[in-house]
Amino acid sequence: MKQQIIVSGIGGQGVLFLTRVIAQAAVDRGIPVLTSESHGMAQRGGTVLSTLKVGDFAAPLIRTGQADVALLLWDANLAVHRSLLKDDGALLINSDKEGEGDRVDGSGIAREMGNAVLSNLVLLGLAVSKNALFCSEEECVVAIRKLAPAKFVEQNLQAFHTGMKI
Amino acid sequence: MKNFYDAIKDIMKKELMMGNDAIGRGLIEAGCQVAAAYPGTPSTEILQSVINRKDQAVSPLHIEWSVNEKIAFEVALAASYTGKRSVAVMKQVGLNVAADPFMRTAYLGVKGGMLTVVADDPGPHSSQNEQDTRLFCLQGRVPVLDPASPAEAKAMIEPAYLLSEKYEMNIVLRPTTRVCHSRQSVALAEPVQLERSSAFEPNTGRWCATPAFLPGLHRSLNAKLEQIAQEPDWQPRLKVGDNSQPRVALVASGIAYANLVDLLDELGLSGTIDLYQVQMPYPLNPEFIQHLHKDYERLLILEETYPVIELQLAHPGASGKQTGAVPREGELTPDVLYQALADFLSLEMPKNLPAEGRGQRPSLCPGCPHRAAFYSIKKTFPEGIFPSDIGCYTLGMNLDAVHTVHCMGACISQGAGFHQSYKQDGGTVPTVVVTIGDSTFFHAGVPALINAVLQDARIIVVILDNTTTAMTGGQPVPHMGGTADGRKTKAIAIEPLVKASGVDFIESCDPYQHERFEELLKKADAHTRSEDGGVAVLISRHGCLMDPAVRKMQEAPAVTITEECIGCGQCVEDFECPALSMDEENGVARVDTDRCHGCGTCIPVCPVQAIIPKEDV
Repeated sequence: MKQQIIVSGIGGQGVLFLTRVIAQAAVDRGIPVLTSESHGMAQRGGTVLSTLKVGDFAAPLIRTGQADVALLLWDANLAVHRSLLKDDGALLINSDKEGEGDRVDGSGIAREMGNAVLSNLVLLGLAVSKNALFCSEEECVVAIRKLAPAKFVEQNLQAFHTGMKI
Repeated sequence: MKNFYDAIKDIMKKELMMGNDAIGRGLIEAGCQVAAAYPGTPSTEILQSVINRKDQAVSPLHIEWSVNEKIAFEVALAASYTGKRSVAVMKQVGLNVAADPFMRTAYLGVKGGMLTVVADDPGPHSSQNEQDTRLFCLQGRVPVLDPASPAEAKAMIEPAYLLSEKYEMNIVLRPTTRVCHSRQSVALAEPVQLERSSAFEPNTGRWCATPAFLPGLHRSLNAKLEQIAQEPDWQPRLKVGDNSQPRVALVASGIAYANLVDLLDELGLSGTIDLYQVQMPYPLNPEFIQHLHKDYERLLILEETYPVIELQLAHPGASGKQTGAVPREGELTPDVLYQALADFLSLEMPKNLPAEGRGQRPSLCPGCPHRAAFYSIKKTFPEGIFPSDIGCYTLGMNLDAVHTVHCMGACISQGAGFHQSYKQDGGTVPTVVVTIGDSTFFHAGVPALINAVLQDARIIVVILDNTTTAMTGGQPVPHMGGTADGRKTKAIAIEPLVKASGVDFIESCDPYQHERFEELLKKADAHTRSEDGGVAVLISRHGCLMDPAVRKMQEAPAVTITEECIGCGQCVEDFECPALSMDEENGVARVDTDRCHGCGTCIPVCPVQAIIPKEDV
């Protein structure tokens, strides 16, 4: 099994957390995983990109046109990161606008739940429900429980399950 | 049936770790007892990991965020003189700050194992240049290791300490951003129990080496380097090809090697061509160099960021950065590698090219006190000159309130240089307002301030005090009086330090109080222009909004934009808060409530008073 995934957004949207959840799901299943993340200056509201390579890989970066799945938390990033995705790759976008790919107004849903950052897990839920990712619902739940701070676990799971139901 | 090795692997604990965390854990496993660092992307999380994992150490462990990299290096160095294992951690430009002790250490050596972990930032992603620490090491005559993954970086640490102790040399581990900020499953090992007690042995001929002793030390250094180059564990590793590409080889190091492995796999070329991984780019074994000269006609050399291996190989058939076959700047991303490889092996060129552009530029956070300070500075001195420095507040350039950014602490001395240059022309000297963060001020600003006072440079120094090292994630600063692992220590307050530096005008103000802040800026300007005046220091004091405690504490009147808005765009253009944008459809400004912290600092920016506190609606 090999899968290459990108997670794209802007600093502060929870791109890193979403990346870690997916990576943890791979680790828990015993599949090798490599990720790369943006830190430092880019985290100050700028465009950030995480890449994940699940399976037998040596390096975390993804070449143009090689990603199997793209999770976009910021729809304007489509212009910059679309080219990383395979022609037949799965494209999932957090957006309240019409357009390419499977879309969900994750920020809107998350806002109603009291925290716009939860859009990251709404989008994960949508991706899992579309069978776009290597991991299952149960595996994601286990990973979220492991990684979320104790007092936010239930809220995080609620966001994930809401995304699953769309 | 599983073999013994597989069974061991099953029992061995693995953890998903960031490269920096893997290095931190590796230091603890190797029995490092003194770890000193100054934060800087991409190196910061290494010491943070040592702090987080402190309880996993089996020997006493001193950890410090030193005031700067030179100090971190010297603290770790003396700890090594006592026979213990130590580490100094910094980013690539931090090594410039630590260059003086670093260069001399090559000659004098160490006793207990000493590593210097220097994280490079090809790209660069979050740095003022893309200098290559491996080239620095070539100049400094210091062995350097170039890991290709988090797991490899960790695996190098214990053998690197052994190498350091065998030759009594400081050894550099050079991860790059893509190693530091990658995550991977990494195997854990038990920390070693070294049980070392401090035993410093004075040796004036060595630890105080005057010029009389240096030729001997230099000779011994050169002899050690020759031996290290021959060390069997650190020889380039060959993955043999099937001879379908005779007398051709690929030579790579660091993350470029890992990227190349994946690319060859993707193209179905794995195992068809001789592939060398260089784990120790300096010193290279002369026998390896001869072997490449003798056995290969053509080489493709892939390394970040400068041609360090390529220079040492000096192979007539080499393609690399020297020949222009590989780009001389920027990261060797898989896309860049593909082009270079396709060109070298006459493969079909990749049809997909990466998209242009880097997306949205970074900006100061919503509610950031620096934004309020910058807005007031620009408004008060529209014709001013604004040198600034390294940190989040570099982003004041987006508000046109930052004119120069050079290196840690440079703004105060650059400000002084601007003043001296304009003053000698006669006439009105422009107001020079330098902005420097609290951590940067302690790092390299203090000597520059003393110099400015001494040389009577009439500048305004605004110290942006947000009580933390914000850019790198909130490390402690000297005036808060806390150690790396959270113990209370003596706080070194900014005001007395500024006063002792000879400054007579010292004021402090919360930049959220824009009227008072601007009033103080004008007073400071008057001080710099009065006959018996001098340098003026204004401390802009408000906690960093990344700190949840600060957000919780401060009044938060959410703002709203009324129908009075004329759509002039001034708040979006001049104030540049990420929570404000133009609603293009309706031609008015709008507030993004997901991102607004309700600080209200944008209220005075609107020329028609259309931004108002929500409670006034």
